[in-house]
Amino acid sequence: MATVYWDPFQNLEAVRREMERVFGQYEPARRILGSGLFPGASPRYPQLNLAEDKEGFHVEALVPGVAPESIEVSVLRDQLRITGSKAAINPDIKPEAFHRNERGAGTFTRTLTLPTEVDGDRVKADYKNGVLTLTLPKHEASKPKQIAVSVA
Amino acid sequence: MKETTIPAKAETNVPDTRDESRTLIPAVDIFETNDGLVVVADLPGVETGTVDVGVEKNILTIKAKPAPGRTEDLALQEFRLLPYFRQFQLSEIVDQEKIRAEIKYGVLTIHLPKVAEKQPRKIAVNIA
Repeated sequence: MATVYWDPFQNLEAVRREMERVFGQYEPARRILGSGLFPGASPRYPQLNLAEDKEGFHVEALVPGVAPESIEVSVLRDQLRITGSKAAINPDIKPEAFHRNERGAGTFTRTLTLPTEVDGDRVKADYKNGVLTLTLPKHEASKPKQIAVSVA
Repeated sequence: MKETTIPAKAETNVPDTRDESRTLIPAVDIFETNDGLVVVADLPGVETGTVDVGVEKNILTIKAKPAPGRTEDLALQEFRLLPYFRQFQLSEIVDQEKIRAEIKYGVLTIHLPKVAEKQPRKIAVNIA
């Protein structure tokens, strides 16, 4: 009679496969919902557009309802960090009075790694109609240098 | 046999709920207060004068055109500012004359007051 050994790792492997199968079913839903089940996969807030030209970077962020006073932008080398808070419309309204509640409220932080280092002293931030526009000039050291080719 | 075409009946009582171009659906909060409904919509990039709010046949329509942001040389793109469009069927009788809307920090707030209910009338009965 053959001896059957209990292999705990084999069981673990089976559990892992089962988990993958179960969560795999929800893959499309996860992409849409994002948050909830997997907080790490929550949609990024605020949404950003980043443009680059020779002189620097231009960032646009959608921050409707976020008071400009609450927004803080900081830059360290190539790390851009935006924090702020979106105020709830009226905290006195009872939850049962809501028909729809989609906008959300609370504080946020978003960091972005820029392709090159930027000059933190010359960063400009403008807020208009719920859109935050940042102008980040590149650091002198990270600008491309033209090198003349001399003919011998 | 003669072929006849029956014209399709056009329903005149239904407002147009379609819009041909691509649009964004803004996130909204809708809640009730003592005197009516309040609709709050996130419309980033929208100037004060370019919002179109209307109620027709109990359908609330929000239309707005945001200022297009920078679209060239994008290294990372997470959004596109397209026109906003969203409609809601209102269940309550809204006093159309008294609708107010304001926009601040890209957030549109619409106040839809209910029609003032008629007070129950007491009829005095005179004894002849």
